[in-house]
Amino acid sequence: MTEPASLSLAAEPLLLPTEAYLVPSLPVIWFGVVVFALTMYVALDGFDFGIGMLYATRSNDHERETLLSAFGPVWDANEVWLVAFGTMLLAAFPRVYSRLLSEHYVIVMAFVLALLFRGVGPELLEQHEGERWQQACELSFVAGSTLAPFFLGTLAAGWLFAVPLVSLPAVLTGVGVVALSVVTGSAFVAAKTDPDFAASIARYGQIATVVYLGGVLALLGTVALRNAGGVAEIILSLPVFAVVGASASAGGAGIAFASRGRYRAWLIAAFSLPILLGALVAVVLYPVLYPATGLTVEAAVVSPLALNLTTVLGLPVLVVVLWYFKFLYSVFGGPIEADGYGQ
Amino acid sequence: MALTLIPPSGSDVAVGLAGTAGASVLALLDPELASRAQFGWTISVHILFAALSIGLAPFVVYFTWKSVRTGSEAYERLQSFWLKVFGVGFVMGTVTGIPMSFQFGTNFPRFSEVAGELIGGPLAFEAKMAFFLEAVFLGVLLFGRERVSDRKYVLSSVLVGVGAWLSGFWILVVNAWMQTPRGYEIVTKNGMAVAELTDPIAAFFNPRMGWMYVHMVNAAVISVALFVGGIAAYIVWRRRESTAWRTALRLAVVLLLVSAPLQAAHGDAYARHVEDTQPQKFAAMEGHYETGQADLHLIAVPKEPEALTDPRAENLYTVSVPGVASFLASGGDFDAEVTGLNAYEENPPVALVFWSFRLMVGLGFLFIGLALWGGRLVYSGRVAESDRFLKSMMISTPLGFAALLTGWYVTEIGRQPWVIQDVLKTSDAVSSTLSPVEATATLVAFVVIYLGLVSASLYVLKRLIEDELQHIPGREAPGGTERGSIPGVADDD
Repeated sequence: MTEPASLSLAAEPLLLPTEAYLVPSLPVIWFGVVVFALTMYVALDGFDFGIGMLYATRSNDHERETLLSAFGPVWDANEVWLVAFGTMLLAAFPRVYSRLLSEHYVIVMAFVLALLFRGVGPELLEQHEGERWQQACELSFVAGSTLAPFFLGTLAAGWLFAVPLVSLPAVLTGVGVVALSVVTGSAFVAAKTDPDFAASIARYGQIATVVYLGGVLALLGTVALRNAGGVAEIILSLPVFAVVGASASAGGAGIAFASRGRYRAWLIAAFSLPILLGALVAVVLYPVLYPATGLTVEAAVVSPLALNLTTVLGLPVLVVVLWYFKFLYSVFGGPIEADGYGQ
Repeated sequence: MALTLIPPSGSDVAVGLAGTAGASVLALLDPELASRAQFGWTISVHILFAALSIGLAPFVVYFTWKSVRTGSEAYERLQSFWLKVFGVGFVMGTVTGIPMSFQFGTNFPRFSEVAGELIGGPLAFEAKMAFFLEAVFLGVLLFGRERVSDRKYVLSSVLVGVGAWLSGFWILVVNAWMQTPRGYEIVTKNGMAVAELTDPIAAFFNPRMGWMYVHMVNAAVISVALFVGGIAAYIVWRRRESTAWRTALRLAVVLLLVSAPLQAAHGDAYARHVEDTQPQKFAAMEGHYETGQADLHLIAVPKEPEALTDPRAENLYTVSVPGVASFLASGGDFDAEVTGLNAYEENPPVALVFWSFRLMVGLGFLFIGLALWGGRLVYSGRVAESDRFLKSMMISTPLGFAALLTGWYVTEIGRQPWVIQDVLKTSDAVSSTLSPVEATATLVAFVVIYLGLVSASLYVLKRLIEDELQHIPGREAPGGTERGSIPGVADDD
């Protein structure tokens, strides 16, 4: 079915080189793009998860509606970062995509199903006033929002450290991502609501910051001691110390800002944590992309033509995507209205 | 060249039902069968919501534009109603679509590895160019009426629509490539045979692409025209005074009048293209076993119940036109030789393809009839008066989606045993690390959960319709109060 005759014409109209990458470091750039998409996902859908968990701590209808109003307009767009991560991983490193997903079957399925319950819960909540219906939808929302980041963490541990699903590093990573989601979720809500509500939410964010930082240290200590995935050497290196140090500073600053009611500053400190986590992932992995088999970025990357095409057609679009995310968040910037943004 | 010649990586142990699961209480399925059933089931549910987005987008754009421009209450009601339906459909599409898309990796990792260079790009473009666009601007559309200007609001609806149609484009690039793969070369990489992209234009605009895009988008438009038309017919039937819903009904009929005949004409040419590019699928569609002249079965009825599963000519009462399948396939020659199924070593489940194809075509003609009838009524201004027409529309509410599904069964089941035509067999694409327990458990979970989602969606729709009826001023239609709840409108989706 191949048509070698068309080979010579290949890609000529697109002016794309077929034999070499547009720039020699293009595979590394794509490694960065994939980690960036994952970071965006953890940062943005992470705060959605956090809102879902905070929802369980509220019994006041007004406060619950405020949380749902913060969540409603943005969660679906945030979740698309997961699809962007998955599809870009497939486009640039298909072997890693297929190994990562097929070798962690149970956890991937648990994760996507948790996402499903998180998504439909709030959507169906307002459709019926019955008490059992409401409780079921709320359970779906809260349980999905708690389990999804936990499973995401365990999946990440399986990927980064090649550890089994039920193991200390996997559980620590799961708890870490859950705690991080509470940090960003509470910072996001606190920055967009009245001071009283913000103060009561901030308490959870402060506790979660401590749990998160403790979890990261415990995780790194554990994997370094076990040398899981052969990462001991990397973990005891300067870049990892730098990233962890920066996370601790950001976390500490965040706790202080939250105490003083400086919620805008806290927002920045809180969202620097997932960004630093993304950097940590990149440092721990590179140059390997699938530690279980030692598959490197260079070995896993697709051929020059395929990557050049994905770069030329895809990367500019990613910039546009960032621009309209900015638009989305500016439309829904400012204080949250409990009545659902005028719907 | 078929990749089956290359030994699969890892320990590709075929864990079958026989032997291993005999002692188990649960009847565990073979991972391959369970994976295929799971993918088939999840995509069947997902595509209903995806088609709803594609088909409803033009309605949402039109109603949004009209309501903003005229400020008329009728259009505002229509906009608000259909935007809510769109919103629920989009959420359902997202939550059902993400698990589905991840199955390329979880259940069919060999497919992802072999075809990654060809399918990864388009799937990533779908996420970046289409899915983000739709999700971001739907947020604005659903929650931002008071927060953006009229112009930006209308523009948001347009961008949501563009997102939906573009999303379909990139997904169909992938599917069309699986039917008629082009622009690649098989190379060995990391000790494994994979397809390397050699010509993106040939790969993306492969022979099937144009056919598939037109047929699918139009099928979505037909499905949603029937869906909107059926609901509008019900509301008009209950509240004759509702000018808004009369408008919606007329709009649906007009759309159907354009799209239904187009689908038949296009489908006819499409079938010829399938015969050219996938003769085995075409033979399964026609139940054509012996290579030679092929007859067209206009009507086929199984002689015995067993014949349902084995649709050979001798098992059927048929009304056939000799040589017409040859004529169609060849574009004019009644005696043209059409390759029969007996020429192949392994065939798709012929009965499923054969009956799905008949059901799809039969429904297609039914829609044309309905469109012509409705068109006449609209033309003479009596569309809201004919009870018989309104009831026919109500019954037809889910039928467009049924036709769309059967069409996809023809396409996907008809391609078997291949996942990528003549390149990779489905059985070779399945994960070798998947256990029968895992595969069966997730299949059961998906069946239960997705059924729950479909039921919940239909329930939401029913509530929206009831709510709408309460908001329409005026009296019930004569005898309307006894008409009770919705007959058949929400039976299926």
